[in-house]
Amino acid sequence: MNMMLFANLLLADSSAVEAMSPAAMFVIALTVFVLATFVGFEVITKVPPTLHTPLMSGSNAISGITIIGAILVAGLKLNWLTAALGVLAIGFAMTNVVGGFLVTHRMLGMFKKKD
Amino acid sequence: MSQDLTNLVYLAAAALFIFALKRLSHPRTALRGNMMGAFGMLLAIAVTLLVAIRDEDISGTGYWLIGIGLSIGLIAGTLLALRVPMTGMPQMVGLLNGFGGGASLLVASSELVSKMPEMREALAAGTISQTIYFFVGSTMAAGVIGAITFFGSLVAAGKLQELKWVPNGNIIPGQQVVNFLLLALIIAGAAWGTYELKMVWIYWIIIILAAVVGVMITTPIGGADMPVVICLLNSYSGLAAAATGFVLNNNGLIIAGSLVGSSGLILCQIMCKAMNRPLTNVLFGKLAPAEGSATADEVYAGKVKSASADEIGMLLETARRVVIVPGYGMAVSQAQHAVRDLASALEARGAEVEYGIHPVAGRMPGHMNVLLAEANIPYDKVKEMDEINPTFEQTDVAIVIGANDVVNPVARTDPKSPIAGMPILDVDKARTVVVVKRSLSPGFAGIPNPLFAADNALMYFGDGKKAILDLVAAIKQAS
Repeated sequence: MNMMLFANLLLADSSAVEAMSPAAMFVIALTVFVLATFVGFEVITKVPPTLHTPLMSGSNAISGITIIGAILVAGLKLNWLTAALGVLAIGFAMTNVVGGFLVTHRMLGMFKKKD
Repeated sequence: MSQDLTNLVYLAAAALFIFALKRLSHPRTALRGNMMGAFGMLLAIAVTLLVAIRDEDISGTGYWLIGIGLSIGLIAGTLLALRVPMTGMPQMVGLLNGFGGGASLLVASSELVSKMPEMREALAAGTISQTIYFFVGSTMAAGVIGAITFFGSLVAAGKLQELKWVPNGNIIPGQQVVNFLLLALIIAGAAWGTYELKMVWIYWIIIILAAVVGVMITTPIGGADMPVVICLLNSYSGLAAAATGFVLNNNGLIIAGSLVGSSGLILCQIMCKAMNRPLTNVLFGKLAPAEGSATADEVYAGKVKSASADEIGMLLETARRVVIVPGYGMAVSQAQHAVRDLASALEARGAEVEYGIHPVAGRMPGHMNVLLAEANIPYDKVKEMDEINPTFEQTDVAIVIGANDVVNPVARTDPKSPIAGMPILDVDKARTVVVVKRSLSPGFAGIPNPLFAADNALMYFGDGKKAILDLVAAIKQAS
C-alpha cells in the first residue's frame, strides 16, 4: 500500500517536472549560463599568452557543440527546407569541430621545451 | 536512452571541455588537454547519434542526411586543418568562428521552420503557451548572433587573407550610425516578433539585417585592430552556441557556449589593454591623426644610420646577450626559420638569445609564439613583454624584425601621440638596436618612429627573411 503511494508520488513528481513552467526552465538555463561564464573567466585567465592562439582555435572547436542540435534537426524528415538547413548546419559545425581540434593539435605539437 | 541519461553525458562532455581549457594553462599539459576536449566532443556527438537512432521521427533519409553532413564536415575540417600554414592561422580561426556562428544560425532557423505548424495551430486555437514565447525569443537571439558572427567572420577572414574583392574601410557614409540604427531595428523586430507571434516571419528580415550588420561592423576595422575583432567574433561564436542551447533547452550547449564566450572576451580585454585603448574605440573609432607631433622628415633627417649584413655580423660577434623582437613583418616574409638559424649561429658563439613578444604583435594573440614554435624554438626562451622589458638594459643587441609601433618610444614620451600610454617593448634601452625593415614607412598608427633615428639604432634595410639569412651567412663567415 505504502509502496503504491510512494510510486504515485514519484509519478506525480515526475509529471510535475514535465509541467515545469517555461519561465522556471529559462531561469535554470540562465543560471547555468551565468555560472559557466564565471568558470570560463576563472579557467581562461590562467592561460599564458604563449598559448593564446591554440586557446582560440581550441575554444573555437568547443563552440562547434552546436553540432548536437544540428544532428537532431537534420534527421527529422519534416520538409526539404529543414533538411537542407540541417545538413548544412551539420557540415558547418563538423568542420568547426574537426578543423578546430586538429589544427590545435598540430600547433600544440610544435611547442617544445629547451633540451 | 532516457533524456536524463543523455543530459548526464552532455554534462560529462562539458566537464571535459573545462578540463581541456584548464590544461591549456601550460604548454606541457596543453596537448593532452586538447585531446580531452576532442574526446568530450566525440562523446557528445556519439550520444546524440544514439538519440537520433532511437528517435522514431528520424529514419531512412534522416540517417543519410546526417551521414552526408558529418562526412562533409569531416573532410573539409581535416583538409583545412592539415593544409593551413602557420602564418595563415588568423584567417583559419576567423573562418572557423564563422562556421560555428553559421551552424547556430542554421539550427535556429530550421528549428523555427519545424515548429511553425505547431505555432500556427496554437495561434488559430488561441492557446499560445509560455513555452512558445521563450522558444521564439531564444531562436531570434541565436539567429541574430549567429548571422552577425557568420558574416562578420567571413569578412574578417577575407581581409586577413587579403582578398582583393573583400570591402575595406567604410562602405557607406556614416556607417557606424547606420550600424547602431540597424541594431536597434533588429532588437525591436525580435521583440515584436516574439511578443506578437503572428509576426514571427519577421525573423527572416532581422536575419538579413543582422547579416548586413555583421559585414558592416567588420569592414572598417583594419590592420593592428584585427586581433581584437577575431577575439570578439570568437566570443560571439560561443554566445551563438549558448543561445542555441536556450532554443534546444540543452545545458551542454549553454555551458560550452558560455566558456567560449568568456574566453573571447578575456582575450579582447588583454588586447585592448596592450594597446591602451578601450574596446569601443577599437570598434567604432579611428586612431586620431597625430596632431602637432613631428613629421617623418623632422624625425629621420640625417640621423638614420643604415648598416650592411657584414657590419651587423661584426657587431653581433661580441654580443653576449641578444633579444629578438618579431612583429607581423616576420610572419609576412616567413622569416621564422631564418630567425632560428640566426639564433643557433649566435648561440654557437656562446651568446644568450631570447625573444620578446608584444601582446598585440602579429594579427592574432599568440601568433608569434606559434610561428617561433613552428621553427623549433623552445617556448621557454620566448618571453612576454613584462618579463623581457627589465632585461633590455643588460642586452647587447636587440634585433627588431618587422615590428614598428610596439617598439615606438613615443608611446612613453609624447602624451599627444595616438599611441600614448601604450605599453611597448623597451628595445631602445639595449646597447644597440638593429631594426630589420624594408623601409622607413610607418606602422599602423601612421606615425614616425624616433627609435630608427636613435643614436644606438642601426637600420638594416631588406626583406625580413633574406636579410636574416644574409646576416647568418656573414656571422658564419666571420668565424
